Amino acid sequence: MHPVLRTIVKRLGLGLVTLFLVSIIIFSAVDMLPGDFGQAVLGQAATEEAVAAFRRELGLDEPLVVRYFDWLGALVQGDLGTSFSGRASSGIDRSRPVADLVAPRLANTLFLAGMTALIAVPLALALGITSALWRNSWYDRTASAATLTTISFPEFFVAYILILLLGTLWPIFPSLANVRPEMSFGERIGVSVLPALTLTLVIVAHMMRMTRAAILNLMASPYIEMARLKGESPRRVILLHALPNAWAPIATVIAFNLAYLVVGVVVVEVVFVYPGIGQLTVDAVSSRDIPVVQACALFFAATYILLNLIADVIGIVTNPRLLHPK
Amino acid sequence: MTQSQPITAAASGPRIRRSRAERLGRALKKAPASAHLGLVIIVAYLTVAILAPVIAPHGEAQVFAQPFAPWSAEHWLGTDQIGRDILSRLIYGARNTIGIALATTFLAFLIGGGLGLAAAIGRGWLDQLLSRAVDVLMAIPSLIFALMLLSIFGASSLNLILIIAVIDSTRVFRLTRSVAVSVAVMDYVEAARLRGEGLGWVMRREILPNILPPLVAEFGLRFCFVFLTIASLSFLGVGIQPPSADWGSMVRETAQLIQFAQYDLKAALTPLIPAAAIALITVGVNYVVDWFLHTASGLRDDV
Amino acid sequence: MSDTDILLKIRGLEVEGHSESGWSPIIRGVDLTLRRGEVLGLIGESGAGKSTLGLAAMGFARPGCRITAGSVEFDGIDLVRASEPEKRRLWGTRLTYVAQSAAASFNPAQRLIDQTIAASVREGLRTGADAAADARALYGSLMLPEPATIGRRYPHQVSGGQLQRVMTAMAISPRPNLVVFDEPTTALDVTTQVEVLLAMRKAVREHGAAAIYITHDLAVVAQMADRIKVLRHGAEVEEAPTREMLAAPKEAYTRSLWSVRLLNKPARASEDAVLTVEGVDAAYGTATVLDDVSIRLPRGRTVAIVGESGSGKSTTARVVTGLLPPRTGVVRFNGAVLPPALAARSKDQLRRIQMIYQMADTAMNPRQTVEEIIGRPLTFYHGLRGAALERRVVDLLDQIELPAHFIDRLPSELSGGQKQRICIARALAAEPDVIICDEVTSALDQIVQENILKLLMRLQEEQGLSYLFITHDIATVEAIADEIVVMHKGRVVEQGGKDQVLAPPHPDYTRLLLSSVPEMDPDWLTRISEARGLG
Repeated sequence: MHPVLRTIVKRLGLGLVTLFLVSIIIFSAVDMLPGDFGQAVLGQAATEEAVAAFRRELGLDEPLVVRYFDWLGALVQGDLGTSFSGRASSGIDRSRPVADLVAPRLANTLFLAGMTALIAVPLALALGITSALWRNSWYDRTASAATLTTISFPEFFVAYILILLLGTLWPIFPSLANVRPEMSFGERIGVSVLPALTLTLVIVAHMMRMTRAAILNLMASPYIEMARLKGESPRRVILLHALPNAWAPIATVIAFNLAYLVVGVVVVEVVFVYPGIGQLTVDAVSSRDIPVVQACALFFAATYILLNLIADVIGIVTNPRLLHPK
Repeated sequence: MTQSQPITAAASGPRIRRSRAERLGRALKKAPASAHLGLVIIVAYLTVAILAPVIAPHGEAQVFAQPFAPWSAEHWLGTDQIGRDILSRLIYGARNTIGIALATTFLAFLIGGGLGLAAAIGRGWLDQLLSRAVDVLMAIPSLIFALMLLSIFGASSLNLILIIAVIDSTRVFRLTRSVAVSVAVMDYVEAARLRGEGLGWVMRREILPNILPPLVAEFGLRFCFVFLTIASLSFLGVGIQPPSADWGSMVRETAQLIQFAQYDLKAALTPLIPAAAIALITVGVNYVVDWFLHTASGLRDDV
Repeated sequence: MSDTDILLKIRGLEVEGHSESGWSPIIRGVDLTLRRGEVLGLIGESGAGKSTLGLAAMGFARPGCRITAGSVEFDGIDLVRASEPEKRRLWGTRLTYVAQSAAASFNPAQRLIDQTIAASVREGLRTGADAAADARALYGSLMLPEPATIGRRYPHQVSGGQLQRVMTAMAISPRPNLVVFDEPTTALDVTTQVEVLLAMRKAVREHGAAAIYITHDLAVVAQMADRIKVLRHGAEVEEAPTREMLAAPKEAYTRSLWSVRLLNKPARASEDAVLTVEGVDAAYGTATVLDDVSIRLPRGRTVAIVGESGSGKSTTARVVTGLLPPRTGVVRFNGAVLPPALAARSKDQLRRIQMIYQMADTAMNPRQTVEEIIGRPLTFYHGLRGAALERRVVDLLDQIELPAHFIDRLPSELSGGQKQRICIARALAAEPDVIICDEVTSALDQIVQENILKLLMRLQEEQGLSYLFITHDIATVEAIADEIVVMHKGRVVEQGGKDQVLAPPHPDYTRLLLSSVPEMDPDWLTRISEARGLG
């Protein structure tokens, strides 16, 4: 097998193993629930029989391993279990399947993350590369000071400043992003501007600093000096000599920040009341709706692992040592 | 430049090593403005946190008749949704939020730093096991992990500290291990082993002093991260619980006032004040860490 | 000499470098004249400014450096005042550069042949096909293997010595007027160095290029250069035709550049062995690195272990110290078998064998003072504390010829030679019988090397120490050894008294190794190439 393929397969395998282990952690979290949990979910008025039935349904009586593989089997078929909410001591079960709750929210979150990524990634790369090129200029210093400051801002601070300025003082964009299924694509973009802008500001600072560092690190290599001493113009130095060797670090930077985006999304969705998976997670955590929390956590972890995997694969397929083995 | 030549300075007499305070003073004199600003911010916050009961005009959970009162001489920053004095809660909030974040960061360093050092020196199976476990734990985004664990164990200050410390210790473990490994392969560590020194001596005298600067810098950065995480969780309503005052939940509780910006700008700024308080301390710590990282590379008092 | 003959004229050149404390001079007013087709050697110790001057000769200043005064006139063009685009048209075509580390100086993502011809094709000197055909011919004439196809490889697929020759081909390919060679063989083993030197000299001579050859090794530059300029602290010490300078240097400093070669301790035999390595096999994992190695160290004498990188000489030291227990074989100390592993040895056994490292920088804890560094073995082995400890530390400082006030210094406040002296004092503090010296002088400048070697010899005289001296440098061996062990690929090729090993007849590898060491004779390279039929 070609070394590139072998390395990719290895990374994929490792990613799957990680995901498997993560799913075990997330699943076995249920086992750490305190004993009176059934009572807490069903309410103080629930009968002892109802609580016992609830425990049976959760399968707390069966061994952990059996339950895990049941859960995993159902998961593979798209069955994420049933939400705890909607159950009451009355005995009438109005709970909904987790999958039905998560699916529409998932689409919304991916829409917001995608929109942010489309703005933030090119912007951050451009800023990072230019400040590396003109390092120690006033431009670079300003950018460095500004990003060091904004990195320290919590997401909701940025969000409320934007709302104050662009939502209420000068109401250009709506400060609530309550997207609904019947909205057109344009309307969706309109209401998502402020949340997307918030996320962009938050991740651009990070991504730009890391891009700048990665490029500067590369520009210090002897082969870049050699290229200059061969009379290559600054443009050719960047395009022919630096960039072909920079894909791996840049991919890592982007993956790291997109993964961060996934986390930032939780707070931003709550601020703008954006009906995404982040807000669903927070609601589920508040109401201790464990099956929903598990599904959301699994989604976030899987995204995280996938992004890092993609960055690794880009690093592998652009590495001449692997592409052209001895 | 006040800089003197290190060699000639040392050559003038046998015992001229400066005291710690003197060295600190000299280093401070040369620090950039941003570092001074950062230090002033940190000291101010700590003072407020420690002296909260003295400074605050009203009690932490004292409820007044008028909710959402405007800014006035009685309530400088108005009152919140159930009529508590916002300035007083802001001052008590410093105590709660900084205290919990500090405790969490210390605990994370105790766990992560200790295990990281052990893994770096022991190598072998312990290192393998811990490193793989950390890889898996780090595949779950930390805020999500924290949310999940809080939903299971319930939100209380103790749970908050324990959960975030454990999650954050994975990052501390990675850093400690990698810097300790890079020091452990140095010839002077080998020289100590060849001399017959025990593990404890090697760890305490040869390795620890040399990994301290990056760890101190990391402590600052992790503190910022923990602080922001706790603020976010509190903002989401699952962090520090009422009636304890804390900045994250204060933002959430008064957020709706922003909508009235066109009528009363002061009221609209109310939720931004605790948010700015959070931003300001992380900015301050970041500035100091940035300066520290620059100076720590030169180890001498004169450099 | 007519004016058109002059290719490069540097006058009053000053270059500054930026550091924490501001701008400081690196080159302080140097003049340099180079005629067409002439090779000038630039020699000096580390920090003399040779590389900076070599690059400035191309009108280039590294990031963090700037040319502040003077002129660099190349074929009538003042490179100090020329614009970047003007200079870029010259760089890579009329002015080319060969860097020290070939492995790091090739773009890892491009094929060698593309990098070889890039500048010529970019400037339209030749078509791609013509330039490629010419490059293949150059590869052949520089004795690279498979010249027709080697250019299709990527840098990581070719060995270090071959890469350095490809880089020479790259520098020659556009038929430049001037090539700057910047320590091109410093990173290579001596046996590889010979081939690369021959290739470079041939390339320069055949194509009539002028060259500036930068190195710290006078014997190497003697083979390459018509004239030699000696630099120190950014200023010229002297300049003279090569033969003249070797025969009669005007300045004492110039002579100190080969001072180690002037040391030659008479070899003494001894029957009483303090340490013996007997039939040792050792491996890292499954890779065997030592194969049946036996070495005998006579009491009060110096045994030099000589070999190139990968010969197993440092591994032998690890076996002796117990860091790497051997698979088979034993190490005996004063006749008794030493426990193979470090952990099983007694404090007294550890005390009697001390080690000094190549890089004094990494061998001392940067956060401990000289007193702590030297004092620790005194406390650890001899229980000294307080005033007695301090007295003994000062006494040891005196033995290594450093003043008492050094007791409070940190390693960062010491020069390279002083650091190595402190490491020697730390070894002495244990009061050992044997000291293992692992390339202890190879990171140091010549004159410092000489002083360290003299110190080691004096200490041996006074205290009856036995040295196991690991080195790749034959000049050091001649200076200090009583006996020599030649190692190659994990085996001992030859061992015996110094005079016996250094005199013919030799086993094949010893002959190759000894004949590859450059001599202070400008005709040496010619002789060796004829003798090997490489001419």
